[in-house]
Amino acid sequence: MQNAILSAFLGGIACSTVGVFVVLMHMPFIGVAMSHAAFAGALLGMWLGFNPLVGAFAFSLLAAAVIGPLADRGELSPETSLGVIFSLMLGIAFLFMGLMPGTKSGALELLWGSILANTRSDIILLAVVAVVVVGLILIFFKEIQATIFNRNMALSVGLPATLILYGILFLTGATVTTSLRSIGGLLIFSLILNPAAAAYQLTYSMKRMFLLSAVFGVLSGWIGLLFSYLFDIPSGATIVVTSSIIFMVAAIFSPKRKVKAWQVKPVMEGQ
Amino acid sequence: MATTVINIEDAVVSYREDIALRGVSLKVESGEFVGIIGPNGAGKTTLLTVVNGLGKLLSGRVRVLGNSLSRGNGHSLRKKVGYVAQVENIDPRMPMHVREVVMIGRYGVLGLFRRPRKHDWEIVDEMLELVGMTHLARRPIGHLSGGEQQRVAIARCLSQEPKLFLLDEPTASLDWKAKTDILELVRQIHDSRQLTTLFVTHDLSALPIACDRVVLMKEGLIKSEGSPGELLTDENLSELYDMPISAVQNRRRGVIPT
Repeated sequence: MQNAILSAFLGGIACSTVGVFVVLMHMPFIGVAMSHAAFAGALLGMWLGFNPLVGAFAFSLLAAAVIGPLADRGELSPETSLGVIFSLMLGIAFLFMGLMPGTKSGALELLWGSILANTRSDIILLAVVAVVVVGLILIFFKEIQATIFNRNMALSVGLPATLILYGILFLTGATVTTSLRSIGGLLIFSLILNPAAAAYQLTYSMKRMFLLSAVFGVLSGWIGLLFSYLFDIPSGATIVVTSSIIFMVAAIFSPKRKVKAWQVKPVMEGQ
Repeated sequence: MATTVINIEDAVVSYREDIALRGVSLKVESGEFVGIIGPNGAGKTTLLTVVNGLGKLLSGRVRVLGNSLSRGNGHSLRKKVGYVAQVENIDPRMPMHVREVVMIGRYGVLGLFRRPRKHDWEIVDEMLELVGMTHLARRPIGHLSGGEQQRVAIARCLSQEPKLFLLDEPTASLDWKAKTDILELVRQIHDSRQLTTLFVTHDLSALPIACDRVVLMKEGLIKSEGSPGELLTDENLSELYDMPISAVQNRRRGVIPT
């Protein structure tokens, strides 16, 4: 249980901070496409007998490498290209699952996740990713902020906005891969999207949005674990349902619903 | 003596199968205010991207502020070139306020690993005052009107402390009053800060009065260039836009097509 609590903390921070990129860049499909790519890669590893984590990592990076240029050149709308990659990865995943000999229980575990079965090495990996994600956001906050706000504007003031975009995609891929075993390929998308979407309802400061999102991510993990323990139900599902409830509460009480009021009274938020 | 700050020689730029510039040459002297007009698809925006190093040259040579443009040196050049694009839709819920958006102009100058200091915030506040936006400094950026957003974009551009001031259809989709205010502000800033300005527009009524020089573009080529008085004739404009145009010179608004 101690391992599960730590995993929920680290996975919650990593997924929900990455979620801020996904929400603010209006690319919610990134999480879905990445998680299914990671799932397909892990299944390839299982089928061919190498470490599923390596396969998951390679496939999610591959997805990032495909999504990046498509989003960058604007040849297709991001939603279209991500939709194509998502369906392709899902198809490949089921193809590998069909080709795998014997029982499919390992594959299904990756689909639904099993945070309670996390080992020490899983936690170390989650910790590394969480530290890298938070560290990079702290170091490159101004570049990330400008790129998220308007990539062309960031480029025009002399920032390496294309590099930052690729960095964001690779970070998303790495986070999805390491959280795959804990949360599961199907459910991880909610833990990326919901806490960030909830934070988005509550603040006009990007720094606070990152902070709130991380808090909501960790809370979703811990409260979800508690319900899973109390009612003996799958933890991945309770974590996702909790994160969805947090989003709904935030949306209901969002001060941004009263946009007209802001237009009369200036906002006095800190820098 | 004025020095040449932009020297474009026979520039060819293409996007996929379309050739956007077909051998364009242009020289701009320090302190000049150049208006570039022409119909949609004339290559005006591409010309600006060539100047700020974002356009990919197929052939030709470009020297800007004494630097030859080549692959890889665009970042350092762009720190000295302010660029204002046309109004874009900003998400009203975007978690950034006006002051932070203006600070983005300082980010390139600051470079990696350096955070904005008090001096940078002072520059930001000074530019907001210059464009008359101090009272909205802490308003969420998505809550501003189109005209206010363009003022913020100009303040962001000026906070770069640029040597070149590039404006790409800055008044598109603005109402008459906002358009007039922005045009007057641009001219005033050009004069007071002794900038070199390139102002692109397809809209004749958005061409600031008292441009030093006007460049007429069509189909990826410069058709002619010269003083506004000699170039903005009914005949030239009708040929440029492929329709009969009768222009009225207005003291405050420059050219108004009728």
